[in-house]
This record gives sequence, C-alpha cells and structure tokens, in this order.
Amino acid sequence: MPDNTAKTPVTGVARPHESAPLHVSGTAVYTDDIAAPAGCLHAYVLKSPHAHARILSVDISACHIAGVYAVMTAKDIPGVNDVAPVFAGDPVFADGEVLYAGQSVLAVAAESIDIARRAAHLAKVEYEALPAILDVHEAMKQQKFVGDPYVMQTGDTDAALKSTPHKLSGMLDIGGQDHFYLEGQIALATPHENGEMHCWSSTQHPSEVQHLIAKVLAIPDHNVTVEVRRMGGGFGGKESQASLIACVAALLARKTGRAVKFRLDRDDDMMMTGKRHALHIKYDVGFDAQGRIQALDMLQLVDCGMSADLSNAIADRAMFHADNCYYLPHARIRSYRCFTHKVSNTAFRGFGGPQGMLAIEYVVDDIARHLGLPADAVRRVNFYDAMGARKDRAVTHYGMDVEDCIIADIFDKLGASSDYQKRLADIDAFNAENCILKRGIAMTPVKFGISFTLTMLNQAGALVHVYKDGSVQLNHGGTEMGQGLHTKVSQVVADVFGIPFDRVRITATNTSKVPNTSATAASSGTDLNGKAAEAAAHTIRGRLAEFAAQQVGGIAPQDVTFADGRVTAGTQSWAFKELVNLAYMNRISLSANGFYKTPKIFWDRAAAKGRPFFYFAYGASVSEVMIDTLTGEYKILRADILHDVGRSINPAIDIGQIEGGFVQGAGWLTSEELWWDAKGALKTHAPSTYKIPTARDVPTDFRTALYDGENAEDTVYKSKAVGEPPLMLGISVFLALRDAVARAGVKVPKLFAPATPEAVLRALDGHGGDI
Amino acid sequence: MSDLIRFILNGRLCEISGLPPTMTLLQYLRGPAQLCGTKEGCAEGDCGACTVMAARIEADGAARYRSINACIALLPSLDGRQIVTVDHLRDFTGGHLHPVQQAMVDCHASQCGFCTPGFVMAITNELQNNPDADDAAVQDAIAGNLCRCTGYRPILDAARRAQTLPRVDIPVDSDTLQGLARDKMFSYETSDAKFFAPVTPDELAQVLAQYPDAYMLSGGTDVGLWVTKFHMDLPVIVYTGNIAALRDVRETDAGLEIGAAVTYSEAFAALAKQGAGMEDLLRRLGSAHIRNAGTLGGNIANGSPIGDGPPPLMALQAEIVLRSAAGVRRLPLEKFFIAYKKQDRKAGEFLEKIIVPKRADSTLFATYKVSKRFDQDISAVCAGFALEIDEGMIRAARLCYGGMAGTPKRAGHAEAALVGQPWTRDSLAAAMTAMDQDFTPMSDMRASAEYRQSVAKNLLKRFFIETTMPQVKTGVYRHAG
Repeated sequence: MPDNTAKTPVTGVARPHESAPLHVSGTAVYTDDIAAPAGCLHAYVLKSPHAHARILSVDISACHIAGVYAVMTAKDIPGVNDVAPVFAGDPVFADGEVLYAGQSVLAVAAESIDIARRAAHLAKVEYEALPAILDVHEAMKQQKFVGDPYVMQTGDTDAALKSTPHKLSGMLDIGGQDHFYLEGQIALATPHENGEMHCWSSTQHPSEVQHLIAKVLAIPDHNVTVEVRRMGGGFGGKESQASLIACVAALLARKTGRAVKFRLDRDDDMMMTGKRHALHIKYDVGFDAQGRIQALDMLQLVDCGMSADLSNAIADRAMFHADNCYYLPHARIRSYRCFTHKVSNTAFRGFGGPQGMLAIEYVVDDIARHLGLPADAVRRVNFYDAMGARKDRAVTHYGMDVEDCIIADIFDKLGASSDYQKRLADIDAFNAENCILKRGIAMTPVKFGISFTLTMLNQAGALVHVYKDGSVQLNHGGTEMGQGLHTKVSQVVADVFGIPFDRVRITATNTSKVPNTSATAASSGTDLNGKAAEAAAHTIRGRLAEFAAQQVGGIAPQDVTFADGRVTAGTQSWAFKELVNLAYMNRISLSANGFYKTPKIFWDRAAAKGRPFFYFAYGASVSEVMIDTLTGEYKILRADILHDVGRSINPAIDIGQIEGGFVQGAGWLTSEELWWDAKGALKTHAPSTYKIPTARDVPTDFRTALYDGENAEDTVYKSKAVGEPPLMLGISVFLALRDAVARAGVKVPKLFAPATPEAVLRALDGHGGDI
Repeated sequence: MSDLIRFILNGRLCEISGLPPTMTLLQYLRGPAQLCGTKEGCAEGDCGACTVMAARIEADGAARYRSINACIALLPSLDGRQIVTVDHLRDFTGGHLHPVQQAMVDCHASQCGFCTPGFVMAITNELQNNPDADDAAVQDAIAGNLCRCTGYRPILDAARRAQTLPRVDIPVDSDTLQGLARDKMFSYETSDAKFFAPVTPDELAQVLAQYPDAYMLSGGTDVGLWVTKFHMDLPVIVYTGNIAALRDVRETDAGLEIGAAVTYSEAFAALAKQGAGMEDLLRRLGSAHIRNAGTLGGNIANGSPIGDGPPPLMALQAEIVLRSAAGVRRLPLEKFFIAYKKQDRKAGEFLEKIIVPKRADSTLFATYKVSKRFDQDISAVCAGFALEIDEGMIRAARLCYGGMAGTPKRAGHAEAALVGQPWTRDSLAAAMTAMDQDFTPMSDMRASAEYRQSVAKNLLKRFFIETTMPQVKTGVYRHAG
C-alpha cells in the first residue's frame, strides 16, 4: 500500500480506537450501563396497531396499577407536541389520528419495564381504521407529499432525447434499510432543580435533543443539558430519531420528578424509528454508440413515510448523486417526496446519495448491456474530466464545477490491481463449464459530495483545556458512534501540542461545553470538528509560544516548536508540562474554544444551482460473485477496493470505515429486506427476520487499499471525509449479481434491490440450470 | 420450600432466591449482578451481543465451556453451571487484556464496541475448545454474532492473531460443578411461579401428571422468546435439561437414539454420519450459541412448520418415543405433526427420544436448506430427500419439506410420480410437475409462495443432479471458497 498518510508523530498513525481496550473488556459505558439514579423509573410506549386510523377515545383509567407513576398522552405535554427536526409533523404522542403502525399513542412510567408494559397495554384506545397509503404509486395517485416536488436540470433534455442516436427507458425499485445499530435507542433523563433537565441520550445530535426537550417541556434551552459519551452505532439512525426517545423520557421525568430511562427493545426500535428511504426510479436516457450519455430524464419517487423529517434534504441528495461520476450534458432529475402511512424515513449513511447513485449505475449498466459493450468501458467514456485536464465535461447538472475528479485514475489502478480484464476471461471459462453455478463481476465508481447541503449546518465548535500538569482535555460538538471521530480529533490536538496521544483525554459530548452544534452526520465529523479543535488548540499553543518567546527573548513566537512532548524556543527547551505550569503561574489562559465554518460553499435552492459541496470523495470497487441458478443463492467471491481518503489521519480507522461501509452497502442491496404486510405493519422487526450480513457473507477474498493522494481543498491535514462514501462501494456487489444473471442468459435482467436469493431467482426468469 | 438456584458466576458461587424463574441470565447480569459488560442487542438469541461461556457436566462426564446467548437463557435453567462473562477475562491475566481481547485491539476489530464483548466471548470459547480453529471454524463460532460496523475482516484477523499469542485458558471448576449437580428434582418457586427440573424420566412424568398445563422447557431457544418477545406468563415450567436419560446419544445396531434433551451440538457428530449433506444443514441450523442450548427434541416437539430437524429426519424414517405416567408409545415422526401448531402429544406426555434408523447403503439421501442468509436464518424452504432404488427402479420415495405447509410435510404426489420409475430426467420432470398438487405455501417476510414452490422443485432437481451427474457443480456455498 502506498504511504499516503498525513504523517506526523501522532497523525497518520494506525492507532487503535481510543476506546478499544474498554470495548473489548466490556467496560465502555453506554447509556444503558450508566448507574441509574435512585428511584429511576422505566418508560414504555403504547404503539398504534393501525397504519392509519382516527383515535376515537383513549381511556387510561385501567393503567394505574401498582408501581405506575405516570401515564401521559398528547394532552399532557406542557409544550409543543412535536419533535420534528425541520418541518413540523412528528408528534411525541399521536393526537386524534395515527399515521403509521408503531406510532406512539401514550407512555407509562413505572418501577420496572414489565410493569410499564403491562400498564400501557391496559389502556383502552378506540380506533376507526382509515384507508392507508402504503406505496409511492398510491401517493402519486392521491398527490400526497411531505414536501414540494423538486427539479434539477441542465441543458435541453427533451430536445436532446429526441435527437440522440440511441434511447432506452427503464425502471428500478430500490428498497430501504434498517440501521440495525447494535445498541437500540435509549435515553436517561434526570430532573434537576429550578426546572432544569439533564439527559443522557444515545444521539448523533445532542443540540437538537436539547432544543426539542426544551420545546416539549416549554422551557428555555439553557435549562437542558444533553450528554453522550458514545453510541453503540448510529449510521444516521440517531440523527433525528433519538429525539422522540429523549423527549418521552424527559416528559415523564418532569411529570414524576424522578429519573426516567426509556430504552426501546429491538422490535419497538425497528417498528417505531425511521429507515433508509425506498425509491422508485424511472428513466429515459439517450446515448451515442460508445454509450456516452447525451441526455437523462430521471424520475425519483421517494417513499418518505408519514412526515417530512429530513426527507427533503435526503431526496435532494439522491438528486445530487444522480450523476455519480458521469457528465450529463442534458439532464432533468425530478423528485417527488411521497407521503405514505409508514414510519417516517430518515437519515441513513449516504443520506439519499446511495439511491441516486445506484439509479445512475443501473442506467449505465443498461446502456452497456443494450449496446453489448463492456460496462467498465461505458463508465469510462462518461467520466467527468480529470483534475488537471478539465475541459468541457466538468460541470454537474446542478451547476457545480467538478475540480477534483480522480476517478479515471482510481479506475485504472483498481482495474490493474484487481486483474479485472483477466478475470473476465476466467469467468467466461467458468460459466461455459457450469450450468448451475454462474459467476458475474462488476467494477463501479463512487463520487460523493462532502458538506451538509444546508450550508448553515457546516459549522462546528470545540473546547480545549490544558491543565497544570500538562494533560489536555478536549471537547467538541461531534459524537462518537464507533467511527473513530474522537480518536482522530484527539490525534490532531496531540499533534498541535506535540505531545503523546495519551496526554489528550476526550470527554462526553455535552451541550453545556460546546453549544449549537450540528449533527454528527454527512461524513462531516472530522472535517468540521477536527478543524475546530485544531483552531482551539492553536489558540492555546499561540499563547504558550508567545509566553515561551518572551521567556527567551529575541525569538518570534512562530519559531517556537512543539514536538516530542517538549517546547523549544531557541536554545531553551521545556517539557510541555513544565512550560504549561510556568504559563499558569504567569496567568496565561490555558483554555480556549475553536470554531470552524466550511468555506466556498453556497446553494441557491430556487435556481437549483450552486456549489453545495466543498469537495468530492472518490472510490471504486470490483466485486465478483457466484450465483446458484436453482435457488438464487449467491456468495461474494472477491472484492477489491481502492478508496480516496485524502491524506489519512488514521489509516486503520479509515480502512475500518471503508470495509464496514462496503459490507453495509452490500447488505442493503442483498439480504436486507424490509417487508410490510398488506395492512402496513412491518414484519421484519428483529434480527430473526431482518438479515444483515454475518462474517460469512463478506467476500472470501477482500482487498482494500487507500488511494495515494491528498485533498485538493484545505481540509484538516488534507484528509477527506470517509463516513458515508464507502457504503456505495457495495453497489458493485449488486451489479455483479446482475451480471451473473445476465451471463446465465438474460440479456437485460430485471433485478431490483434488495437482490435477495428470491429476487435473483426471479430475475433469472427460468434461465440457467439446463442439464 | 424452594431450592436456591446455584451456579458459579465469574468464579463466585451464586445462590439465588426470590427472582422470577423467567428472568433471563442477561437480565440478572445487568441487573442484580451489576455486570454490564454483556449487552442486549435483540433479546432473541439472534445478534450475539450477550454471548457468555457456560459449562456443565455433560453426558460424557466431562465439563466444557460452550457459548450461549444469555438473553434467552432462563436463570433457573442454569442451575449447576459455571458461567463466565466478559467482565471476568482479565482476572486470568493479572488485569491485562486476555489474548483474544488484545488481538481485537491490535486488529482494530471494534468500532462502536457494542457487539464486541459478545465476539470476544464467542472467540475465546472457540479457541479454548479448538486452539487451531481455522477461518471456517471461527466463522461457525461467530455465525450468531452480528457486527454492523467493521465488516468482520478485522474480527477474523483478530481470531487468527489471538492464536499466535500466549494461550490463557479459563479453567472449569469441575469439582464444584460435581458438587452442584442435583441427584433429585430441583424445585424453584416464587409467590406466583414454579420451576421444576426433574432428574429422571419418571420424575418428569410425575410432575407433568401433577401439572398438565406446565410449559416444557428444554434449551430455551424458543421458549426464551415467549418470555422476552411475547411477554407471556409461564406460571409453571418443567425443565428437561437435567434428566441424564434424556441427554444420551446412543448408537445401536438399528440406528441412532437421540434423547429429547440432547443439544444440537451434542447430536451434531452422530447426526452428521446419517448422510452427506446433513452436516451442511446442521451448520446452518441456528448459530453455535443456539446449537449449544437448543435441542433436537425441542425442535420437533414445538411442532414448528419451519424447523430444520423434521424434513431430513422424516426422510430418514425417524420415529419418536413419547412417554407419560401412563406408559410409552412410539410413532413415526411424520405422524406427530397433525396440523399447524397441533401435534399428537397428549396431556402429561413428553418426547423422550428420537430414533433414527440406519440408512441402507442403497438409499439416496440429501437434505438442503434455503434462506435469505447463509448463517442463522430460518428456512424459506428446507428439504430432506430419500430414494430407495432397487435394480434401477425407485422403490420408495420420501420427499419431505419444511416451509411449504402448516406442518413439515411430504410431497405425496411428487413421490407417487417417482415410485416405480427409474431415476431419470423424465421422472424428475414428472415429479416436479406433480409437486404443484402437493403444496400451497404461504407468502411472508421470508419468501413468497411462488419462490417456495420454485425452490421446492429445484431442490429436487439439485438432488437429481447430485445423485446422477457427479461432474456438475451444484450448491453455491460449496464451491464459493
């Protein structure tokens, strides 16, 4: 592997996750492990059995059994009955009408979860069932949306489609995905004096939880403190979805005057919280004889569920990624944000990007199959102009210049390292000899836009304290969900001070230390918080440098060096802690906050033009699969990944994100099937029925490498964001399955996502298996 | 007067009274025992975040650790065991990390860390029993552990790396376990619930005669979910796992006798001898943790239409022995299943053993499982096939399916199309066509009716290929490395 790490004594080092020794010994504390205050009560929420119904009456008189301390319905909320992140519409408790099966109707706080559950089920709720909208097609028929339809376009798509030499139409269904973080949603709320509330919340967005607790309790934000040390996985599922859990706990805590823990068990978690959006795609594409796209007209029907939640931004991102790596001279991407009587779909790693990217990859795959050309060649002719060789094919359908495109180079290098061309021949030979088992392969690229597309959110704060003994405490607005954010940001701060990693201690994210933070989302954690923490550390370092320079005299502060645990000013040198102590005695401030906002970005939503992204992250993968034409079962034989993280701050953590993202993306497109019954009740709400990949499902031969490059933009240590982009590397698994089906004799297979064994067998349509 | 529940937990003898008999080990660990290292991810034995090691004196007289899911193990069913949780491992290494823990750190095998204790315990357990475990063995050992962050590669690396570090075993305290073993029925009661663990079939028959409505508990891999998922009240539980006579596997001249309380793991080796293909199926039945607790007897007795035991056992003409205070009766396994969730088991009766006759060398046999995911998934379709061929003609055919009807069921029309015919493409085609009359499967979250029907037929085709066309490769999992 090329050495493309951002190497200093502390950064660029493949050091273990800061909590790894705690993880492996069971001593890492998650919210459910926190010793509960004396008298802590447990909450349970009664869920709607109907996808859509009018609530005729709610009788809670039978709920007050021994051990019950409070029963709450919508009318008992002192503030606003809404935990929506942006647009209104996510009630804490249903009021008059339920809009999905699983919606919370009332809550009970009791001495034990058993009592709370029993009591809640003693409530008598009368419903009048109403017709439910359960898919996007019905929503389109009834024109029911959670946001306005939106269009991004460039050129004259209609005219170009008329004049193009080749034209294809097609469609694709893309399924949703449950986050399946191993730690379910949980909050522990404790009331304090004078109307204050403290809440431990397993959330990616402590500031929003703080704000929403204040809103439902009708108190100012400064009365609420939210903390999170770590989550047992997030993946976007705890960006907006944690708020309901925390607010129920806080409401019951306020009402009872006691601490309340609200933990969803797995089934309730999967029924009550949102998922990745399912999309229905229709397209018309025009192209030339080489498969070069001339015009694309794509329709995206987005299954948003019963409220807006973050759906408008997610649907936008699906549109932003409808080009992936490909220049679209004429394009019109239309998006409808469909209302359905299902749980409101939400953020999930990639935030709509994966669906948009899969759609265009499917289109390109169709073009290649239609023309009988190699799919990798069709991809290449469509790539944006490379960085350094930009001509006329370097602007997106939303008007952003693609200045940093390196995908062709990644494709070349990955094609060579994976032996792609030779393996095509091997596959042909294998398939010629085998009638039941067939192999397929696909190489797919990723270009993912980095920044919150709502420009305002691209800001972050950090707080750094240096104590008299030279140890450093670090806080920032980002949250740790396993992605290694705290490790990377600690590495950055240790590097600024030139001290060993273990001299920096990061503490729980806390709204009273860094206020008004954005969610840890959009892959932005290190970009934003790393820069903010770096700035805070530099402020203190600047003061120390100035102080050291004064001590020596005749030396400029910028010439003072911080390295190897020592501070050196000309001929004089101190141990870091000595200088710190000296500075303290000379009344130098040893605490600072830092702030960062992403430069260059802007977005004109009305015109659908701008530069929503600071930069793009790139990558590519080659997957080879084998299918069984009798059952549709399959196995990933091999996957090769080459991914661009700029200069890596921590290659072990980056590779962990890449491999984990790939497997999660492959899971989304293969075995992870969400299944609702005809009445709109989710029936895959536990791991017994919802199947994420296991250790045996990962590629038998799995090779991951980091691309040797650096971020063209000024990011922290020239690194690139890595949280979301690798998920889309999993698209190659899906298209390899489609390739295997094609190689069994189906010219243009109708394989939709997820490609369960059943879906593969259906796509085979009787082909293969001739004996 | 209630007995105390006694077990060794992390080296300390625990004596428990007053807690509900339906409390799970996980609830006990995280609650009264204040040991929060073990996590709850699903409370149904499907994610492995709660994996612990548990030892008992086994049928062969030796005690060994096996990995189990603490989330569905009912506390009194652990009476007489030794349990080790993640919180205890460092006690054997002077406070340093255990080699498996160290290897997990070195290989970057934790990200969010929530599944990690379960992986640590599953791998520690495997390497203790199988120090040279290869990747496939480790994959089997962690098939019941889900990780959503890493993509597993570093976890497999860690298992390999741990094998290179100085070995640290967790000792079994056999002497204490011998002392904890009960020689008469263990009775545990609280004010509103009773738990009985008889030690002989006669005691079991008596207690069932006394409490005909009692819930029978064996490995708990199903009954545990009645508690954690369906929140059922189980006022009287009778546990079969302490009855030595029901924990025996005997090979006789006539075949194999498997006691109803023998775990899948204990029955594994003996059953694998019953026919090629059996091993593939057994590896995919639940996970290692489930197979270490669950029993073949329970798989049959609960009458599930999607259990993986009955189809191959029916194809092998297994019989079962039912016993009660009134006596003993023996019947073919297939007669036991009457209708959906309705079995031929009278009040007071229990399943004593399963008898699997020796298979004639001339019998063609195979068993297959198809599910969305290879590991720990419930079958969309499970098939057990046996053909007896005499002078080129099919004399008898047993095509047995799970997932195709309300009970495990034979494909009678397809069988009839085969009997009296040679085993050829023509008879295969006729049987596949006839199978349309055998089943009207349901559509649910596991598979559609159409898929089940297609796969049921195609599995018979696979059987034909494998028995007549040895040059043709079938079964993607066998050939995909």
